[in-house]
Amino acid sequence: MADSLVRRRRPARGGPDADADAAPRRTRPGLRIAVVGVVALVAVLAVLTYDIGPEVGSRGFWLVVEFRVVSVVTLVLVGICQAVATVVFQTATSNRILTPSIMGFEAMYVLMQTALVFFLGAEAMAATDGVLKVFVQSALMVGLATLLYSWLFAGRRGDLHTTLLVGVVLGLGFASLSTFMQRLLTPGEFDVLAARLFGNLSNSDEDYLPYAWVVVAVALALLWRRRHRLDVLGLGRDSATSLGLSHKREVLVALVLTAVLISVSTTLVGPLTFLGFVVAILSYQLAGSAEHRFVLPFASLLGIAMLAVGYFVLHHVFYAGGLLSVVLELGGGLFFLIYLLRRGTL
Amino acid sequence: MIEVRDVVKEYAGTRVLGPVDLTLPAGGVTALVGPNGAGKSTLLGIVGRLLPATRGSVSIDGHDVASTPSSALAKVVAILRQENHFVTRLTVRQLVSFGRFPHSRGRLTAADHEVVDRALGFLDLTDLQERFLDSLSGGQRQRAYVAMVLAQDTDYLLLDEPLNNLDMRHAVAIMTQLRRAADELGKTVVVVVHDVNFASAYADHVVAMRDGLVVQSGPPLELMTEERLGEVFDTPVQVRRDGPYPVAVYYR
Repeated sequence: MADSLVRRRRPARGGPDADADAAPRRTRPGLRIAVVGVVALVAVLAVLTYDIGPEVGSRGFWLVVEFRVVSVVTLVLVGICQAVATVVFQTATSNRILTPSIMGFEAMYVLMQTALVFFLGAEAMAATDGVLKVFVQSALMVGLATLLYSWLFAGRRGDLHTTLLVGVVLGLGFASLSTFMQRLLTPGEFDVLAARLFGNLSNSDEDYLPYAWVVVAVALALLWRRRHRLDVLGLGRDSATSLGLSHKREVLVALVLTAVLISVSTTLVGPLTFLGFVVAILSYQLAGSAEHRFVLPFASLLGIAMLAVGYFVLHHVFYAGGLLSVVLELGGGLFFLIYLLRRGTL
Repeated sequence: MIEVRDVVKEYAGTRVLGPVDLTLPAGGVTALVGPNGAGKSTLLGIVGRLLPATRGSVSIDGHDVASTPSSALAKVVAILRQENHFVTRLTVRQLVSFGRFPHSRGRLTAADHEVVDRALGFLDLTDLQERFLDSLSGGQRQRAYVAMVLAQDTDYLLLDEPLNNLDMRHAVAIMTQLRRAADELGKTVVVVVHDVNFASAYADHVVAMRDGLVVQSGPPLELMTEERLGEVFDTPVQVRRDGPYPVAVYYR
């Protein structure tokens, strides 16, 4: 991507051996954000306007654009949610491996959907559709996730390995329970359910979008106000406490906001396990600064850009629109494995 | 003044510290010494409010550690733990700038930058300030951490084994700088050291601990006898008094 343009190393001042170690004095995080921003904008505009049958500017043209706007708005929202949630989650938990999704968050969503069909039938799924259901769903997810994460991370036993194990086992447990219930569904009910569970940008509910924007905007505003505190939080419990942060409270707030963002994203398009991870890791490498006031916008724009480019390529190059989440999961999963193997440790 | 009253720390019913009653004077360098597992780090952690005490209370300059808001306490006391592992990749200057957080809440003013510059200069880090921490040697990194707590500009500095893994030269440099911080900047420095000879050479006040209890508290000369050291460390020690300060010889 165009990021490589700004990755050139500046000539180091002071000695030939200072070369590799000296941080470039000006890594220009602002410029880097602008570059990703342009890429994201171009990709989004391409998704919006490429290959429209009717002439540009005609009534037909605008109709198609209007039709595509829902997908694009969803895409932007999901990109921001996944990116910001993952970065904040990793800062709050002082780790660079775990993401909310790997911790079984989205398995919880699948379980909820399955349970709904299992206990109340496919008609219930359709009958209860609406903004209220979305809210109840999100509230449940946020509540459960907050309980789980605060117990795991803020508690005394907060070590990474235990947490990872518990998270993965819970995720597996949720998934098995879902599979079990799915086995007992009639084929018709299963069909209705499966359509919901595939991550798909056209899954999103138009009526819900404005509310989603409000919720996400509030969460983002709260996080932005805390951007300096997040920097300190990233130093870990002891240093953050010594610097006067109430560590437990800040972690809890960060995790609740993470849960809110992920629940919005999941409710909109279903589970996306690795997108956040890939975006976060690339952002740390490319943003040019570890400060959240740079990393958060950079990651958001990168998330949008990746989703938009992926969407565009799949729609207009491979003609396989529904497969975006599958490709993201495959690519993201591979990236995750390679990163883990290259690092060699947790 | 740091006052420790009847402090006890238990893990799952097992007592690892206390009861400890201790008064540390304001000003100067106080060294905490003792064998492994004596509870030095635990005590320091409780004083620096990183660990909650099971029982008892600690006050620093009249601020009760358990009830004073963490943000207010951060302007009175700074603590540096033994292991510092950051997931974020920081330059020396970025790290030291974090020391200003209690005062600036992240928005550094010109005055804050000045304090950071002074802390960097004080620890000879000015030339290294744009280097990333992971590209530094252990001694340089340790100095950067000390610079961060210095930049916090608190009256009290608590350091847990800052000499860990340092060679002679760097260990001496750190202790000299802590001594200077006490003498020139009027700080109260409390430092856990492994080697009693550093305590003997640099400290005004030594607290010896063993099995979770304070066994001696006073000027270093009182501790630096063959009998007392033998008791505290449970190992035969010779004390040589032919230099500027007593030296314990225990190597063989």
